[in-house]
Amino acid sequence: MTTDSNEHSAGHHGHSHLSREESATLDRRTIDYVQRAAATGLYEIRGLGAKRVVPNFDDLVFLGASLSRYPLEGYREKCSTRTVLGTRFAKKPVELAIPITIAGMSFGALSANVKEALGRAATEMGTSTTTGDGGMTREERDSSRKLIYQCLPSRYGFDPDDVRSADAIEIVIGQGAKPGGGGMLLGQKVNPRVAAMRTLPEGVDQRSASRHPDWTGPDDLAIKIRELREITDWEKPIYVKVGATRVFNDVKLAVHSGADVIVVDGMQGGTAATQTCFIEHVGIPTLAALRQAVDAIEDLNMRGKVQLIISGGIRTGADVAKAIAMGADAVSIGQGVLVALGCNSETYVQDGQHVSALADYHRLGTAPGFCHHCHTGQCPVGVTTQDALLEQRLQPLTGARRVRNYLKTLNMELTTIARACGKQDVHHLEREDLVALSVEAAAMARLPLAGTSWIPGYSAPTM
Amino acid sequence: MAHLKQFDLAVTTLREVNHYLHKQMVADGVQSVSILNPDGAHSLACGMNAPADIEIDGHVGYYVAGMNKYASVTVNGNAGPGAAENMMSGFVRVRGFASTSAAASARGGCMVIEGDASTRCGISLKGADIVVGGDVGSFSGFMAQAGRMVICGDAGDALGDSLYEAVIYVRGKVKSLGADAQYETMADADRASVAELLGVAGFKHDPAEFRRIASARKLYHWNADANQEY
Repeated sequence: MTTDSNEHSAGHHGHSHLSREESATLDRRTIDYVQRAAATGLYEIRGLGAKRVVPNFDDLVFLGASLSRYPLEGYREKCSTRTVLGTRFAKKPVELAIPITIAGMSFGALSANVKEALGRAATEMGTSTTTGDGGMTREERDSSRKLIYQCLPSRYGFDPDDVRSADAIEIVIGQGAKPGGGGMLLGQKVNPRVAAMRTLPEGVDQRSASRHPDWTGPDDLAIKIRELREITDWEKPIYVKVGATRVFNDVKLAVHSGADVIVVDGMQGGTAATQTCFIEHVGIPTLAALRQAVDAIEDLNMRGKVQLIISGGIRTGADVAKAIAMGADAVSIGQGVLVALGCNSETYVQDGQHVSALADYHRLGTAPGFCHHCHTGQCPVGVTTQDALLEQRLQPLTGARRVRNYLKTLNMELTTIARACGKQDVHHLEREDLVALSVEAAAMARLPLAGTSWIPGYSAPTM
Repeated sequence: MAHLKQFDLAVTTLREVNHYLHKQMVADGVQSVSILNPDGAHSLACGMNAPADIEIDGHVGYYVAGMNKYASVTVNGNAGPGAAENMMSGFVRVRGFASTSAAASARGGCMVIEGDASTRCGISLKGADIVVGGDVGSFSGFMAQAGRMVICGDAGDALGDSLYEAVIYVRGKVKSLGADAQYETMADADRASVAELLGVAGFKHDPAEFRRIASARKLYHWNADANQEY
């Protein structure tokens, strides 16, 4: 009783910190969410990927070489990054100079200038770029030496001539930001060219299908893959992309269906527009997904026959090295590449001059470092827009140089780590080179916690 | 004079036949191809990219004439799922029944199904014309964006669900319309469209017997107090 009375008294005078105690259940973010829902009657839609903290590649570290392993000379000795994808059935596999590819992002979500910049950067670095939910633009085909053509549930602008002109076909089952959901492009971005490419009325809120129109399930997928092989006379690799959920089973089914390459996109993967509840609450982290995907491929004894690309929050050369060490053949990057172009930067570059975009961020109710307003089409730095004026803020040559530099940096970091681990080829990085810093990451990646031989939840087979 | 080439799928593999159609047919000056004993083969005559008359004697599996451009393909039998999917141009006729997703996402050309079509006929249609002599299954015309569908028989549940700008004409009973689909008055232009497509298909019905179904366009934008401020 005495305590109650004291608290009441303190509160009454307004001096107790308890009167400013934030509720963990109804914190400011949640209050904002509820009030926004009450005001609009509509879920929040936004761009980019999951913002919440999840176990990720930062929770792993490499065991560099020392006495038990020889390192390679960091700046001198050869370290190959050559990567070949689609060796299983395709007559013409995709040969890349680096194991870092550019992820599928649509013309519609991105401007034609951005697609051209990505193609130029990828070509310069000897890697591939990928179309998205909106068809293939001339800009990206002309600028990309290796272009992967996505076959999505919506089939917007899907064209057999583009199938024939592509270097590989990627059948998209889902993406990490929204496994189980279809594409979304709000009316602001459906300008005349986007609308015509997608056969949609201008300005419509485009909500595309979540299932393919002409097949259902893995048995059908096998037949669909064979159709694409017949159309391309068995020349082009067929990739199958899944959003990370039941990854072990999905990857096995995709391999059984005859895919040459499996792309697994974890929950940190980005989107141009998706419900926030979907982005944050559906799908599993990239780290956990990668381990399950590798397990599935190894379980089928298909390592080296079917290649694995992992995506979803890959940002750094260390991320790439860790993904490869865990068993990926390559990575795919979307958001990192957009940030390299200037996403969330204070300025955009016009003819070599930095111009402030702060006022435009402010108009959107956001600021550099926090912006996820891709869905609005009002990107202050001209990346995720279809607006005739805003898109000029990203000049293809400037963008291409920035993305090239970014990819180059990642590749140098990757080879630095590989050499330190004594590998002449980045694909020789192995799980044995890695340990985990947290119990969660150790359990998900099935790697020992650093300094121990403990892998949570896993007992080694008895000898 | 059109050169005729004949294949027997009991003797020649599917891959060889398709490869010939893609890579050799034009060079050989062949304009007419007859294919025997398809025995339910999938992906037969898919990816055609040149004008030719292709006649298939028997039943075919999935994706016959898939992504067709220019060619005229006739199936003297039934067709499996996804017949003429993503067709760009040309003409595909199935004399028997067609399974699910016939002419799915087709962007141009014309498909005629003389018998019934199963579910999801004309799903995601993007500009092609479809004429079905018999009935169509549920969810036909789902999310159809552009093009015309003429259904001479009955339709199943949820016809024209989430339609965009495609138009559906039905002669028989409709079990139910899908979300955002509505009956509209037949104008002269509609009767002319139906007459034109019936003529192409060779079906003798009176265009006046058909009803028009199109989008109410209430799903084009999120309808909330949000005032588009998402």
